[in-house]
Amino acid sequence: MKKQKQLLVLTALSLARIKSSGVVNLGVRDSSGLAFTIGGGKYVGFHTEMAERIIDDLSKQAGKPLKINYQVITSQNRVPLVQNGTIDFECGSTTNNAARQKDVAFAVTTFVDEVRTAVKTSSGIKSVNDLNGKTVAVTTGTTSVQHLRRHERGANIDFKTVQGKDHADSFLLLESGRADAFVMDGSILAASISKAKNPKDFAIVGEVLSVEPIACMLRKDDPKMKEALDNSIKRQIKDGSLAKLYDKWFMQPIPPNNVALNMPLNESTKAAWATPNDKPAEAYSSKLLAK
Amino acid sequence: MLNMDWQVFCQDTLTGDAVAGCLGSGRDITYLNWIFTAWGWTVSVSLTALLIALLVGSLIGVIRTLPDSPWLVRLGNAWVEMFRNVPLLVQIFLWYHVMPTLVPPMRDLPPFVLVVLALGFFTSARIAEQVRAGIQALPKGQRYAGMAMGFTTFQYYRYVLLPMAYRIIIPPLTSESMNIFKNSSVAFAVSIPELTQYAMQVGEETSRPIEIYLAVTVLYVISALVINRIMAFVEKRARVPGFVVAGTGGGH
Repeated sequence: MKKQKQLLVLTALSLARIKSSGVVNLGVRDSSGLAFTIGGGKYVGFHTEMAERIIDDLSKQAGKPLKINYQVITSQNRVPLVQNGTIDFECGSTTNNAARQKDVAFAVTTFVDEVRTAVKTSSGIKSVNDLNGKTVAVTTGTTSVQHLRRHERGANIDFKTVQGKDHADSFLLLESGRADAFVMDGSILAASISKAKNPKDFAIVGEVLSVEPIACMLRKDDPKMKEALDNSIKRQIKDGSLAKLYDKWFMQPIPPNNVALNMPLNESTKAAWATPNDKPAEAYSSKLLAK
Repeated sequence: MLNMDWQVFCQDTLTGDAVAGCLGSGRDITYLNWIFTAWGWTVSVSLTALLIALLVGSLIGVIRTLPDSPWLVRLGNAWVEMFRNVPLLVQIFLWYHVMPTLVPPMRDLPPFVLVVLALGFFTSARIAEQVRAGIQALPKGQRYAGMAMGFTTFQYYRYVLLPMAYRIIIPPLTSESMNIFKNSSVAFAVSIPELTQYAMQVGEETSRPIEIYLAVTVLYVISALVINRIMAFVEKRARVPGFVVAGTGGGH
């Protein structure tokens, strides 16, 4: 009986723990388009700032200012860290998908990334069908590789894929001419292009190959915490502050290079904001296929 | 804890559906087909690089021991120090990204060739060092005996020194040959679709990284072990009765 009680305390709901301790353990990313560091222990980005505003709302609920403990997470450790309670929630670049929903919960989707194609403007490539006989770069360890293979089969075209070891490497393949196109999430393409020597030489073209709903991730079976996050996000959508935040991080010049990503709000994200939901990526792809 | 699902290898790489018999056909391949293709890349990169490493390594190792050719010896020393002192991954990037900008015709070379050259030359420096050690381990008298027989330099290396030197260095050569298989994983950094890249990609696609990494590990172990056994066989067949390694009171 006593043991059970202890267990209950250990797995106490995040909200109650946050209230009693006055500290929120926030998971942040250090090099993603939506959340990154500018050095010196400062974490910024669209999703990081959104999370800070969520915590402001939590402070109001708790009736006292909460302290934020920033905890850097990676793609590999984010799910275990949320599961074991090291972080209360994280807002970075985690795709909400069915496989992850078995282990964790997601707040409502705040950004929908569209997988598209970056090319050199001089190449004349306008859509995926123009890629016939070309070489396409894509980053190892991403789901885009599979989407691309599916699309290749679906459109009955034939192209060579080269897999870069990370996004920077894939973009280098495109820049150096070893590849004719780079297929990846729109936000990553925009960020890569903004960092290029001549951003004007590159363009993002073609149809949307797939969409990735990105959302804040929290522990499973913690409905109160999820409700608190969802309410704060819905509030931010409703009063327009999220749109302002989007403009700040995607249309205006941002640190560290003071270059703008120039990535207008896409249709999928607009739809997600119009009807806030926590549907996994699978629910989107079936819709894409139906089109 | 050990909740593994080995059926993942029977899945089609596009649909994720299980395929009867585990092997797909034509363009419909399974993850099992794919891992064999990846293994093929690993083996081709390693064996081609090993061949280059043995040829170049032997040549450089020999010229470092030539008497009366100080410039050739210096060239050999420079080669060894250059390729031995720069990290392998850095060398791969130099071959892939830097050399083609300096020497434009290299731009058209396939990445496979560049990786094989990088890995082969890197390993050649280590093999050259072993060949030199093998030759220098022989008593000076063997060289003089060869000369006294009226052999040219080429002849006494070919018929007197090298046959014994190679026998001495078979054990470190075995290690080097196994190393080249493991080092071939850096080819992943320049987009060769070999086993390491397979592991990173398929682990993500299937969400079963443990099974994938275990399978890839087993294939690396098998590859290295086959080389190990081949070299052990060569060592046994090439053994000279009565000749103990290094020829100087060893054999303990």
